[in-house]
Order: sequence, then structure tokens, then C-alpha cells
Amino acid sequence: MKLIHLYNNEHNGGTRLSNVIVKPRGIIPSFKRLWKKNAVPYLFLLPWFLGIFILTLGPMVSSFYLSFTQYNILSPAEWVGIDNYKKMFDDDRFLKSLKVTFTYVFTSVPLKLSCALLVALLLNKGIRGLSIYRTIYYIPTLLGGSVAIAVLWRKMFGLEGIVNQFLLNVFNIQGTDWIANPKTALYSIVLLSVWQFGSPMIIFLAGLKQVPLEYYEAAQVDGANKMRQFFTITIPLLTPVILFNLVMGLIGAFQAFTQSFIISGGTGGPIDSTLFYTLYLYMKGFAFFEMGYASAMAWILLLVIAIMTAVIFGTTKYWVNYGDGGK
Amino acid sequence: MASKALNLRWLTHVVIIVIGCFMLYPIFWLISSSFKPAYLIFSDVRLWPAEVTLDNYAKGWAGIARLKFSTFFANSFIIAILSVIGNIIGCSLAAYAFGRLDFSLKKFWFALMMMTIMLPHHVTIIPQYILFRNMDWINTFFPLVTPKFLATEAFFIFLMIQFVRGLPRELDESATIDGCGTFRIYWRIILPLMVPALITTSIFTFIGAWDDFFSQLLFLNSADKYTVPLGLRLFMDSSGASSWGPLFAMSVLALVPCLIIFFALQKHFVEGISTTGLKG
Repeated sequence: MKLIHLYNNEHNGGTRLSNVIVKPRGIIPSFKRLWKKNAVPYLFLLPWFLGIFILTLGPMVSSFYLSFTQYNILSPAEWVGIDNYKKMFDDDRFLKSLKVTFTYVFTSVPLKLSCALLVALLLNKGIRGLSIYRTIYYIPTLLGGSVAIAVLWRKMFGLEGIVNQFLLNVFNIQGTDWIANPKTALYSIVLLSVWQFGSPMIIFLAGLKQVPLEYYEAAQVDGANKMRQFFTITIPLLTPVILFNLVMGLIGAFQAFTQSFIISGGTGGPIDSTLFYTLYLYMKGFAFFEMGYASAMAWILLLVIAIMTAVIFGTTKYWVNYGDGGK
Repeated sequence: MASKALNLRWLTHVVIIVIGCFMLYPIFWLISSSFKPAYLIFSDVRLWPAEVTLDNYAKGWAGIARLKFSTFFANSFIIAILSVIGNIIGCSLAAYAFGRLDFSLKKFWFALMMMTIMLPHHVTIIPQYILFRNMDWINTFFPLVTPKFLATEAFFIFLMIQFVRGLPRELDESATIDGCGTFRIYWRIILPLMVPALITTSIFTFIGAWDDFFSQLLFLNSADKYTVPLGLRLFMDSSGASSWGPLFAMSVLALVPCLIIFFALQKHFVEGISTTGLKG
């Protein structure tokens, strides 16, 4: 029986004939069999294997090792144990970059998701021209990651920018230089991120389309008003989508770089108020050539992201609704 | 009752349009400013400028210090197109293996591939930089393009696997009976049927490579190799208050390729995002 089984496996489902005829060939040497089964698929995977070993796993091991060394690319790496990790907690700029990044993540992600959900609800009312509106609302997301838009933002929120002109003309308020003011600089970048709510909006729209209309009809029969329907039907059924958008948003936000780099002119200023974690990592690694320290920072970033994701997934049983009514 | 519903519908449209205009205002302002003479950019709030000029475009395109902006565009295009080709080849080969073929340790490799999707670039970038430096690849396009041919953007592999799994297996089986080898099945059957997934991949790869700033900042360091994002930054840093016009003009041009792709392939965009949650 076992032989038949092996033989069939080798043929990947095989023909019906082989179910009855057991040939002695079923016991071909295992190496040969492995070769026959794997040679072609592994050939297809060859580029991916090269990539994952040379550009992903190898560098990960190497970066982990470097994080315990002092290394400036010119002289050999010098083992310093956990010094890099210890140094971080005395490094004011590192702590500042953590604070800036957490502030950014915890303001931009919830705001972005709220805007995305609100607009998705607005667009999901079965109105005409949905695809045109969807396009309009997606354009900022399409363009927002570029240096061109960051340049625009920097000028819009400058002293003479349109934001201040608008405030002056409409409300007669003289605004500050939002980019040069350490109190507001970070929030101008938050706003730039919130402005790009197009992707989560499209995902929310796809999720809203999945909600069966009968649920609302039944609720209406039971006398539930719109507000109640929203909180007892829409939101619970949307929780898997919210979870997805939340996790993707957080992971993306922790790695934000380009916008802060351009808007602060590569400095993280004024007085480090937009010193994002990745910007500081870049400075440490590629401006000061403290590559050991920068590697340690990269691992802390990975750790922070992993913990955040784990915490969110740990809480899903309290708020995410999978499938039909918790079967 | 009916008129109330009608009014509500109109109100919804109005709200959506007003918010939409508000959202697009910065972009309209950018475009409008790029056509304004320097002295009007910050004094004229109106979107339709009192005086229209193409000077900014001429000045911007002429570039700075012997560096033409066309060079930056050419470099960006080369990188973006090679990235697209690389991702299509590298990722589709891997996706075909994962989606269709049977081999040892498949589950293990698949899990590993999935884990790399979420991996922040930062944990590999420093050793990668050292590696490319040792290969004398700094200030060439190789560090930006080679990884795509080696399918390092696992996300696209996953997207293609999902697609390959949806294709009927009978096609492969009948091709096998007709004497097609595995490679010919990939090339003649799977790849042509995968075109929608390939288009989605191409779109997002192109835009990703076009807007990429971090890697280009790291690996390109002489101005003749600069791409559009690096060119814009150079422009911004080296120009005084007087040359915001040319900077805005070049910013507008920098946005054009993405806009063209977006409007030409809108359907694929929406499908790509809503089925996979691409691009946060």
C-alpha cells in the first residue's frame, strides 16, 4: 500500500492506471526522485532564491551582527557588545525621534482612517458618478508620496504660502510659518499624510459593498434608526477591513521618510521637531557613518513594528468580527 | 417624501464635490502657480492667473549648472521601466512555481516569502549598501534595478500567486498531454492569462520606482545620474526665492507620468487596491 502511495505521489496525481499496476520503479533511489520532482520548480525559483539569500536573509544576519559593532565602512567592524543598544537610551536625539515618530503615527493613522471611512460611507450611498468621485479622492494618494508634492507642501505652509493667505483673507488671521515653527511643523506633515486617504477609502468601499442589504432591511423592520444601524451592522461587519487598514497604515507610518526629509530640508528641523525615526537612522548610517548604531536602530524599528502588530492582533478577539455572528 | 429624498441626494453630491475641490486645491494651485510670473506666485491667490507665462517651464527644463532636467527624466524613465521588466520576470517566475508546481519544502519557502512582505527595508539596507559598494555599483542604476529582477518585492509575487491559483488547471493538463513542458506552459499559457495581474504589478512598480526617494538618495551621488526626485531636491536646495516658478513647473512635469498611467489604467488601479490593499 505504501508503495502505491509513494508511486502516485511521484506522479502528482497520476493516471488511473497506476492505481492498480505497481511497478518496481516505485522504489527509485530517493535522490533521483527528489531531483525529478524539484529540479524544474527550483529553477523557476532561482531568481527569488538569489534575492532572498543575497539581498534579504544575508543582509539581515549581517545587519544583526553589525548592530553589536562599531563600524564606519572604512575600517573593520569592532565588536562592542550591546553598547549601541545601551547608548540609544542616553541619546536625546534618538529619544526625540521616537517621540516624533510615535506622535506622527498615533495622529496620522487614526485621522487618515476616519477620513477614509467617512468619505467611503458618503460615496456608498448608491449615488451616480461613483467612479469619478473615487478618482478625485484617490489623486492625492497617487501623487502624495512624491518629492514634487513635498516641495509644494513646504511652500504652501510657508509664511507667504496659500494657507496663510487663505487665513488672512477669509478669517483675517495672520498665520505663522507652519514649517519653520517647531510646534506646527510635524502637524503639517501629519496633514499631508491624512490628505492621502485614498487607498484605505477604496478598501473600505470594497468592504461596504460586501455588507448584505437584507441586514439593513431587517434592522429597519425592527425599527432601528440610521445611527443604530451604523453602529450595530456597518461597523461590526467592517471590523476585518478596519483591522487590515490599521495594520497597513501603522507599518507604513513608522517608516515614513521622504516627506519629512524634503519638508525639513534633510535636517529633521526646526529643532528636531520633524526628526522622524527613519530620517535619524539615515543620518546615523549614511551621514555620520555610524553603521553599527544605525543597524541597531533598524532592529529596534523592526521590534517596535512587530510588537505593535502583535498587540493589535492580540486584541482582535475583542473587536474584530469574523464570519457569521461568531460561530 | 420623494422630493425630500431627491434633495438629500443633491446634498450628498454637493458635499462630495465641495470636499473634493478642497482636496484637489493644492494640486490646482501648484499647476496654476507654475504658469505665473515670479512676482505673482505668492501675491495672486486666484487659480486662473492674471498673466500666463511659459517662462517657468523653459527655465526649469534648461536646468541648473549645465544639468538639463531632461537628463533627470531620462534617468527616472530608465530606472522605472527596468524595474517594471524586472518585477514582471522575477515575480511571475516565482509566482508560477508557488501557485502551480509541487516541490519539497514548498510551505516553508512560501511562509518565508510571506514574511518578507512586511519586513522594513531598514534592516537590510546597510548591508546591502556595503555589498553594492564592494561591487562598485554605487552611482549606477544596478542597486535600484537588480533587486527587482531577483523578486525581492514579495508583495507582487503574492498578488500573482493569487491570480495563478484562479486559473483553471485543466489548461495546464491539456497542454501537458499535448507535450508542453513546464517552461512552455509558463510562457505560452500562464503568462498570457496573467496579464491583468501583470498590469497591476507594472502600474505600482512604475509609480513606486518613479517616486522612490530613499534608495535613489543612497545609491546615486553624481548629478548626471540624478532622477526626477533627486533633481527636484537639488533644485529646491540650490535655488533662491526667485526660482520657485521653475521648481513648481518641474514639479508639475514630475507628476505627469503618474497621472497619465492612472487615467489610462484606472480600472486596474481600483481592482489592484481593493483586492490586495496595495500602497498605503
